[in-house]
Amino acid sequence: METNSPKARPTLWQLFTAFMRIGAFTFGGGYAMLPMLERECVDKTGWTTREELLDYFAIGQCTPGVIAVNTATFIGKKQRGFRGAFAATFGVVLPSFVIICILTALLTGFQSIRWVRYALRGIRVAVGVLILNTVIKLIKQKVSSGFDYLLLGAAFFIVVQPFIDISPVFVVTAAALCGIVRGLLLRRSGKEGA
Amino acid sequence: MIYLILIYEFFKIGLFAAGGGLATLPFLTALADKYPWLTSEMLSQMIAISESTPGPLGINMATYAGYMAGMGVFEGRPMARLLAVTTAATATASLVAPSFIIILIVSRMLDRYKSSRLVEDAFTGLRPAVAGLIGAAAWSVIGTSLFDFSMVRTDFGAVLLLPETVLFIVTLVLTNLKKLKKLHPICFIAFAAAAGVALGYACGWE
Repeated sequence: METNSPKARPTLWQLFTAFMRIGAFTFGGGYAMLPMLERECVDKTGWTTREELLDYFAIGQCTPGVIAVNTATFIGKKQRGFRGAFAATFGVVLPSFVIICILTALLTGFQSIRWVRYALRGIRVAVGVLILNTVIKLIKQKVSSGFDYLLLGAAFFIVVQPFIDISPVFVVTAAALCGIVRGLLLRRSGKEGA
Repeated sequence: MIYLILIYEFFKIGLFAAGGGLATLPFLTALADKYPWLTSEMLSQMIAISESTPGPLGINMATYAGYMAGMGVFEGRPMARLLAVTTAATATASLVAPSFIIILIVSRMLDRYKSSRLVEDAFTGLRPAVAGLIGAAAWSVIGTSLFDFSMVRTDFGAVLLLPETVLFIVTLVLTNLKKLKKLHPICFIAFAAAAGVALGYACGWE
């Protein structure tokens, strides 16, 4: 399954099924889907790059709605326009929809079944490992300068610290401003140097 | 008309709840105060189910609430369950619609301004910060799955959950082995689910 064919545009069906797999196996939502996205949309198919995934997550962080849906819409749109966006979004939503409908209709109390709880406890551990691997890969590939490490550390610390509740929207906005200011300063000093 | 109510309410939630699944919760609590078909017991049930099933939390919760709304309104009618599926679909589609539309617009703007200096500069700041946010997500998932801080006062040794930590290390090693690295994440999730069941019975988890 390791065929990289970044040039070929996916069919609507391929987009739909890839995002259906992502929707069906993401436990914990949001960032937990990143390892799946990385595998399906970067490594396997080359539909997008790690850098673009970060961009989509940044935008998803400050636009309303579910991040999974935002990312699916973005990638689908980029590959096949409006219809691609629809196919990918429909794919990522469908498994949840079907599973929840079946469970609420037929299996009341499914979440208190003993082995289901055990399995979920195991899955949560694996999700932690998978996100950790993804972060390490991201840092190795995309974080290089001191400026990058500073922003990465600051964002991490602001969210992790337990004292004040600061919204990620604020973090993202501040980071964008830092990038803009840095660009301005760099260009100014470049001009003066020239 | 239940369908119109659901479209209105869930479109509103989709439009205003920024920042992922649990951000929709306060909105859903407000719904439970307003309508008879959603109760606070259902909400806690809903969170439990949404967290134990795959898929984005927000979608799971909207489907559940829409389904319950249908069951409440159509109670006693023939095919109530089938009608409930249609209300669930209405709620879910209405939740998704705003972000779908907004992303289509943002995506078009991004294509147009991608090469502008300002946007490029902004993204040089955004990328590392988002990597930091993802790191924080990893931190919190790992923290809640390996540690139990409710024991911190009584039994300090029980704070680190041993079976989970062993599973964590094993999975970490497996996912980084050269031969297994290429396996689909689904394989590791399946492995951990099986290991969780085995550990749960072996160690007598609650």
